[in-house]
Amino acid sequence: MQDHSPSQATGSPLSPLRAYAPALVVFAALALTPPLAALGPEGYILTLATRMVILAIAVISLDLLIGHAGLVSFGHAAFIGLGAYVTGILITEGVTDALTILVAVVAASALFALVTGAVSLRTSGVYFIMITLAFGQMLYFTASSLSAYGGDDGLTLWDEAQLFGTGLLGDPRGLFYVALLVLVATFLLVDRLQGSRFGRVLKAARDNPTRAACLGYDVFRFRLAAYVIAGTIAGLAGFLTAVHAEFVSPAAMSWHRSGELIVMVILGGMASRNGALLGAVVFVGMEELLSTYVDHWKLLFGPLLILVVLYAKGGLASLLAPLTGERGRG
Amino acid sequence: MSTTLLLVQVLNGLQLGVLLFLIAAGLTLVFGVMGFINLAHGVQYMVGAYLAVHYYAWFEHFGLALLAALLTALALGLLLEALIFRRLYDRDHLDQVLATFGIILFLNEAVKVVWGPLPLSLPTPEVLSGSFVLMDGLLYPTYRLAILGAGLLVAFGLWVVVMRTRIGMLIRAGATHPHIVSALGVDIRRLFLIVFGFGAMLAGFAGALAAPILSVEPGMGDNLLIVAFVVIIIGGIGSIRGAFVAALLVGLVDTLGRSLATDVLRLVLEPSTANQVGPAIASMLIYILMALVLWVRPQGLFVARSA
Repeated sequence: MQDHSPSQATGSPLSPLRAYAPALVVFAALALTPPLAALGPEGYILTLATRMVILAIAVISLDLLIGHAGLVSFGHAAFIGLGAYVTGILITEGVTDALTILVAVVAASALFALVTGAVSLRTSGVYFIMITLAFGQMLYFTASSLSAYGGDDGLTLWDEAQLFGTGLLGDPRGLFYVALLVLVATFLLVDRLQGSRFGRVLKAARDNPTRAACLGYDVFRFRLAAYVIAGTIAGLAGFLTAVHAEFVSPAAMSWHRSGELIVMVILGGMASRNGALLGAVVFVGMEELLSTYVDHWKLLFGPLLILVVLYAKGGLASLLAPLTGERGRG
Repeated sequence: MSTTLLLVQVLNGLQLGVLLFLIAAGLTLVFGVMGFINLAHGVQYMVGAYLAVHYYAWFEHFGLALLAALLTALALGLLLEALIFRRLYDRDHLDQVLATFGIILFLNEAVKVVWGPLPLSLPTPEVLSGSFVLMDGLLYPTYRLAILGAGLLVAFGLWVVVMRTRIGMLIRAGATHPHIVSALGVDIRRLFLIVFGFGAMLAGFAGALAAPILSVEPGMGDNLLIVAFVVIIIGGIGSIRGAFVAALLVGLVDTLGRSLATDVLRLVLEPSTANQVGPAIASMLIYILMALVLWVRPQGLFVARSA
């Protein structure tokens, strides 16, 4: 519990640097990707890196729920899908101003999170998992039935979103850096949140909701706020997905995708400083690497996940603990 | 919609419900008794179907193939328990999710390697291949009725085992007070192994039964797994009786919803809108049902655990 042992985090002047070293390395590597990609198959590398960055945004937001608040949402992909669909529908209808689209995306995902969160948070444990799944599935089937916007087949975006009238989002490099900026901002936001009073209340409620309530905190409100924040961030990831792929489809919000997001959180290590980021990057990277070189790569990937569970408790973050000095889940 | 068509849909719904029950029964026991979330239960169902196809090619006899598939599914369940699950009972639920997700990836791919990526099919057994005259002008495939019968028989057998035998008593006791049962000299690990193997066998049985009427393909268990989870949540975790009632309910709601939703909506909406919205509403029905049940009874219809 790092909160109880400040000496662990600030023992030496180097500590903050060490504590965030994995994240800093990932960010630096990502920032250098576009110039380096020019040396190889540029389009392929940039697409892969952009996908990594966008997924990392969603995974970090999910870790706020799963790791810090102890709320296992099995419908997080629904928010990505919602953000993507709002973007896709607006662009199809001729609205290409990115700021207008962003306002709509944020409003839609925050509202959806507020309503479904208010219902879901009345349950807990496994029942919470299943009710968030139910809302996700409802949105999935709604999208499949939107025949005016592609239905099951998905919707291709023939126009691109314009940020301040520039073609920044249409340029692969420009879009990549915008996404990276959002990722860094999300990382910093969630890191600040989990250390704040808000984050401490969430953790107290995670470890013992009754105790937190007895201390006078309205647990429901704190959790709902966290749910709305996480949902909105995932909605933004959905906006980026749509702009990047120039295509949206119901598959983006299927339960498979929600499950994968959870797996990335656990793989990285829940409620750790760098875990969610590492989980997303490593998951997408491994998937790509294995599928390029091995035909039946899932025969390797599956057992690999099992080995991580059996022999690396606490995910990748705990493997890096000797470096970062992080202990347990805080 | 005519009465006969409605009757056929009700039978189809019950038959889906029975299949769901076979899957949900194992899931709810493993979940309720051991507190273990087994996402791999769906692929165990899929493996059951593949095994039935495989053994049928060997023996050319449906009964033998079914029996062999059952035993192999049981063996696979025991193997997985000994290799992986045993180490995860004391772990966090999320560790179990990650590990069993790994098993899903592995087995879905493994069946592709062994049996190829194309869907396979299993012929209906000779004896049951005919149709049954339900009433004038209404034929119903005998095999589907046989599934219904087999499912009900298994449900009754399970009820007898869980409520009337010593092992069933231990299972119920282990669900609510594992430490006390263990302190009384019962080998709780062995009990878990039995429950787990049994659940795996039931899932395999469901897969083998479904093989002649569904196409056998990789990933066929994935969506059914989610529906089975919906069933055990509606029924109340750990309750066999709840799983039975909820499975039939979900089977009926889903089947009837798919055939009736569009027609019902046409009464209040324009036909073109109804055609569009109908299928979506039909697919959502079971999730709406679950949300409603949880709203009214947060623990599900039947509460099994007293602790």
